[in-house]
Amino acid sequence: MSEEWKSEGVIRRNDRYSKYVKAITPRTGMFTSMMKAFAIGGLTCLIGEGIGDIISLSFPDLSTDMVGAYTSMILVTVAILFTGLGFYDVIARHGGAGSFLPITGFANAMSSAALEFKSEGLIFGTSSKLFNVVGPVVVNGVVWSTLAGIIRYLIMLFTV
Amino acid sequence: MIFPETWWGFLLSYLTAFAGGGLLCAGAQLLIVKTNLTPARILVIFLITGIFLQTVGAYEPINSVFGAGISVPIVGFGAALAKGAITYAEQYGILGAFAGGLIQTAFGIGAAVVASYIVTLIFNAKAK
Repeated sequence: MSEEWKSEGVIRRNDRYSKYVKAITPRTGMFTSMMKAFAIGGLTCLIGEGIGDIISLSFPDLSTDMVGAYTSMILVTVAILFTGLGFYDVIARHGGAGSFLPITGFANAMSSAALEFKSEGLIFGTSSKLFNVVGPVVVNGVVWSTLAGIIRYLIMLFTV
Repeated sequence: MIFPETWWGFLLSYLTAFAGGGLLCAGAQLLIVKTNLTPARILVIFLITGIFLQTVGAYEPINSVFGAGISVPIVGFGAALAKGAITYAEQYGILGAFAGGLIQTAFGIGAAVVASYIVTLIFNAKAK
């Protein structure tokens, strides 16, 4: 088996393979993907607004913070249920950023990691991989918000 | 809500929620297509944007116009974290800043962890 033949064959094979990959990759334009992200992201926020309105109309004594907290609890729970049932994959396939930027995407990332590693057991699979994808968000959120609190505290200290 | 108490103000709040959330997501999609940023990095960028907006006091005015359009995307999560950290820092001193963010967002994170665990017990991973 000579080196030349091998490399030629490899080149031909790689060529064929990249043509094949190009052929099966769906060609969605930038504009189309942005419109889809707009529609799905906007719809998620519209549903969130509706849930918030229903909660604040049903419980007029609740503070705005608590209405927001309950709204995100409902959105998160529904998104995780959809992930378990396999609906969220369909939304994510079309929505792109529209499906991962809202809080529902955060919930989907968490629960799909939990489901994916179920085969490795509930402790070393699900429990340890739960924050596998959303870890960066939680860690950066805690670090930078702590810094924000400290900065605002120092500003308050020196201005009062 | 910009114009509460009127029926068209009520409808307008849904329009702004849809438009605001849609524009944020379309912007994030543009970042995916045009740059090599991974979704995780984009999430962190939008999260820190929310924390920054809350820290400088710009989040509340934006939120009063767009409502869920900015509070449902991850920007709102960052803003809630920062709001908690700031309120607890003002109430309990500098150590409050370490707890406030998690306390403010604990409803959502707690629900996500418990619901994920229950769903994992019931369902199996779907074949891709």
